[in-house]
Amino acid sequence: MSQTFDRRTFLRNAALGVSASTLPLTLVELAFAKPEDTFTFAYISDSHIQQIRGTEFVRNWDRGLIRAVAETNLLTPKPDFVVFGGDLAQLGGKPELDHGAGMLARLSGKVYHVMGEHDYYLDLGEYWSKLFGPQYYSFNHKGVHFVVLNSILTYDDWTLRRWPTAEQRMAEMAGLDNPNGSPFMVGDKQREWLQQDLAKVKKSTPVVVFSHSPLQKIYKGWNFWTEDAEQVQALLAPFDKVTVFYGHVHQIQYNQIGNISFTSAMATAWPWPYPQSYAQAEQLLPKLTVQMNRADPFFERDATGWQLIDINSGRARVNFNLYNNRTRTVAFDEKTGQPQDTAFQAADQRVPPQDHF
Amino acid sequence: MKLVHILCVSLAALSFGSAALADEFTDADLKRWQQQFDGVVKDGRALWTDSKLGRNGVVCAQCHPNAANTHPETYPKFQKQLGKVANLWEMVNWCLRNPLQGDPLAADDPKMTALLAYITWERRGVKLEPGKH
Repeated sequence: MSQTFDRRTFLRNAALGVSASTLPLTLVELAFAKPEDTFTFAYISDSHIQQIRGTEFVRNWDRGLIRAVAETNLLTPKPDFVVFGGDLAQLGGKPELDHGAGMLARLSGKVYHVMGEHDYYLDLGEYWSKLFGPQYYSFNHKGVHFVVLNSILTYDDWTLRRWPTAEQRMAEMAGLDNPNGSPFMVGDKQREWLQQDLAKVKKSTPVVVFSHSPLQKIYKGWNFWTEDAEQVQALLAPFDKVTVFYGHVHQIQYNQIGNISFTSAMATAWPWPYPQSYAQAEQLLPKLTVQMNRADPFFERDATGWQLIDINSGRARVNFNLYNNRTRTVAFDEKTGQPQDTAFQAADQRVPPQDHF
Repeated sequence: MKLVHILCVSLAALSFGSAALADEFTDADLKRWQQQFDGVVKDGRALWTDSKLGRNGVVCAQCHPNAANTHPETYPKFQKQLGKVANLWEMVNWCLRNPLQGDPLAADDPKMTALLAYITWERRGVKLEPGKH
């Protein structure tokens, strides 16, 4: 199916504000048999708004979100809605969530929110829920069943009994490489809800799931991980076409497990190294993923790029726009049954910065 | 006889003295040196996650979990953004000034030594490739 989204118009409009090659947002297009069922939505994630003191916030992270919001508002045609993929705040406090919500309030149109661990572990999501509503839910939009999960829960013992203060609990979970952290999970209660929710959905209906953590196991040391990923995947297995979008990892990842296509979003705040760049770690990044180019730290917004995703008949074609680097396209290949980079997938076709070390 | 006696005393003195020679050390020494190093690595890890190292609360570990993507084995190397061959401590200072909005450290500041010790420890086992990009 031809791409109905007028990308040139978008890029022209975007260029009025800023360089279009640096858009730190994820634009998603879902295209189906009937033209009236084709639509787009924008996907922004991991802004990590961080309070210094009083009304002072870390400028770098603010700029990432401000820019993503401004560029999303420039989209032509307008996306049907926006998804924010979690980690709006850095340490979960009201000033951070309020400041982030204030920036997001400038978005025109409906915003769906996903809970991140940085939003949750100070007050167990209480203030976040006041601002944004339920922590897990589903909705239907033009023939697609969308599910939003709170995938950053963990063992009750860790959450409720381990730490003397809420602030320490938040700080312990906020450190990505902190050995005192605890693995993320969706949990029994939410999986039961998911099972009931999906029972009402036809198996031929495309299902799109949003979670903050990957609903697959990549690297436990940095919580690129969901403890009950297999159980969630099993609930999604009966459907013909399932796509999972996740944040948290601050980098391009893609994978295929059975019927489920996985794609990550980049952060608006900062990029993360791939797990295999940590010499002491096991290397569990999906073999499919060709890594994004190494970020240039001298450009604040580098490697906080954006994606244009065209899901045609339930299969994804993902265009990653990288700052100062060539655009990448990862498309589902019907022959191999998995997403592949159309230019760089073969080992001998890669450019040097894709070989992280 | 007297001469022999003096010689024996001298030899004995030499052999006693040899315990203090530079190339001889004990397991206790090795253990102490290792403890010194481990302590500095530990200090470095503490600084890596210290919100007071800079001025805006941002910590090194936010962008570099386990000091990943610092690639100490490639320094010194040409740093295109600085336009010269640079040492790793210069890049640490770049990070202190920019993402951490703080003050740079002297190259031989104990804090800099600790940061570099931690970075290098996390990268142990990787072969040296100075100049590599």
